[in-house]
Amino acid sequence: MSSPPQVSPLDVGRWPWLGSARRVMRDRPLIPLLLLLALLVVTLEIVRPGIVNERWLSSTIRFAIPLAILAASQTLTMITGGIDLSVGMVASMSAYVMATQAPAEGVVAASILALVVATVIGLVNGIGVGIFRVHPLIMTLGMSLVVLGLLTVYQRIVIGSGTRVPDEILWLGARTSFGWVPNSLIVFIPLATVILLGLRRSGFGRVLYAIGDNEFAARLAGVRVWQVLVVLYVISGVLAGIAGLIYAGLTQTATGTLVEVYVLPSVAAAVIGGTSIYGGRGGYGGSIVGAVILTVLTTLLTVLQMPEAARQILFGAIVLSVAAAYNRIIEE
Amino acid sequence: MSAAASIEEPLNGGGTGATVTRLLRRNSWVLVLCGLLALLFVVTKVIQPAYGPSQVEALALAALPVALAAAGQAVALISGGIDLSIGSMMALTSVTAAVLMKGGSEESAVLVVVGVLLMGLVLGAINGSLVVLTRVPDIVVTLAMLYVWAGAALLVLNTPGGASAEWLRELINGTVVSEWAPKAVVLLLVLVLVIWIPLRNSRLGLSFYAVGSNRLAAFRSGVDVSKTKVAAYAFTGLFAAMGGLSLTMSTGIGTPVPGPYLLASVAAVVLGGVSLAGGRGGLVGPIVAVFILRLVRTDLTLMGIDPNYTTVIEGVIMVSVVMVGGLVALRSRGS
Repeated sequence: MSSPPQVSPLDVGRWPWLGSARRVMRDRPLIPLLLLLALLVVTLEIVRPGIVNERWLSSTIRFAIPLAILAASQTLTMITGGIDLSVGMVASMSAYVMATQAPAEGVVAASILALVVATVIGLVNGIGVGIFRVHPLIMTLGMSLVVLGLLTVYQRIVIGSGTRVPDEILWLGARTSFGWVPNSLIVFIPLATVILLGLRRSGFGRVLYAIGDNEFAARLAGVRVWQVLVVLYVISGVLAGIAGLIYAGLTQTATGTLVEVYVLPSVAAAVIGGTSIYGGRGGYGGSIVGAVILTVLTTLLTVLQMPEAARQILFGAIVLSVAAAYNRIIEE
Repeated sequence: MSAAASIEEPLNGGGTGATVTRLLRRNSWVLVLCGLLALLFVVTKVIQPAYGPSQVEALALAALPVALAAAGQAVALISGGIDLSIGSMMALTSVTAAVLMKGGSEESAVLVVVGVLLMGLVLGAINGSLVVLTRVPDIVVTLAMLYVWAGAALLVLNTPGGASAEWLRELINGTVVSEWAPKAVVLLLVLVLVIWIPLRNSRLGLSFYAVGSNRLAAFRSGVDVSKTKVAAYAFTGLFAAMGGLSLTMSTGIGTPVPGPYLLASVAAVVLGGVSLAGGRGGLVGPIVAVFILRLVRTDLTLMGIDPNYTTVIEGVIMVSVVMVGGLVALRSRGS
């Protein structure tokens, strides 16, 4: 960003500890986020003593997991300077395909079919962004329109068969084992491990940062940028498809607009997790914490029995202040 | 995004000849769009010979809020930003107008209109100031404000309600002079003439384009980047307020839930020749594009195609326009 020089809002000279505190926060961006999370949890406990227990933890994790998977799509694409706004439609489509095909084809075949659909949509996104150089925002927004239309047409074709979320998906999305451990962790833990390690250790992960930092330089260094982008958006589509299946289990419904409302929160989770929308900076750890923060925040606002209006206003205000605070801490 | 702009701009920016070429190219796309719109009208008439003035009037009425949203979005994009909160601002201004006009006299509605337009300016200026002050990317700030304004709309009015003054409803319903000239289209033309043309030729309008195409260059040429950004968002808010008013005017009530105007406005703006990277395009293109997209929808319905395919086609049009635009830009840069 080429902005005019600005005076740092924090006067380091007067408060020397601020400088080191800021350095710690810059090097370990997870620390301030975890502090914020702890603050929210403490507030929740003060507002409604006794609410923070195993059942609360279990439901928070269950709701945070699909959001965190959607945020993974955003994190990966944002690292390259892109964004994937089609995740909501892809996830809804995947959930709907699964729920309509499961009664006839069985849950495994239906889920695979749903993920194939998600892969195809991701592939089209990738071809548009990687080969035809369409801006990711436009490409994925356009694809959401296309998928929305196709979904409505498909809805009319299968209107007779109806939707039913099979027990296996319910087990995955909504149920728990050993009393309170959510079953969706079975999917999430390996997924998160692969993404976290992949971003840091694998060549593909490093190339994503390189492209986001300076695409031209990456190309000169021999990176086949278009191939990377195609693969990236396919991955993003598959992740959204998986999130859709978990949402279907969690809410026990599958409609054409099931996941649409989570698109902007998924972007928000990645942003407050410290991933730059301009690319080249960020990581998945922050996005996971971001997704948990948003989930706890939603619970807190519900517990406070705020009217919907105040909830939305506070939600927006908090997302913006965290992003702004983050910017101030990172920038020197 | 910014890298591409900084490579291209100096090539096109210098000299009057280049300016004329750029102007021509910008207007040529608007001309193409107008031709396309005319063609679509002919096609519509062929498919449905009964397509007449009353259908055109309905089309114009349906297109009016979307066109105003597209105009607002265009201003934001030209100055190098994007406003995701436009649908929420429309909902907020629409319910405010509806609540204030309920039970009020016809005359007092004039004050309400002025007040709501001012409110739009303020909402937009708040968006712009937050972008400038927090230095958070535009898309993130307006994403957060999308929730704030939507919440505020619910605060003003919890369920659809309120009322609209009668003269306001008559302002956009019906036709003037000829039965082929719906008031909604005339209103749009007047707004473009009164607001956009003077603005574009002013110092401020020029700085919108300057900041949009290259922030740093604009800053070094003495443009106050912060003020320009705030002003651009204020104009986006103004157009959003007009869109909100038009919603109240056409439905007679205010609805606190944001409509699908964000997607529609971005689609129209992109088809209308405004670059996402900023600094290019105008307001006429996006407005014509709104009518094109609406008419495509009508035609498909008339042809008996499942209207749900129209959403598919809108998406394909949006993506392919950008694709073709990108290919053309690539080729012209290569040669």
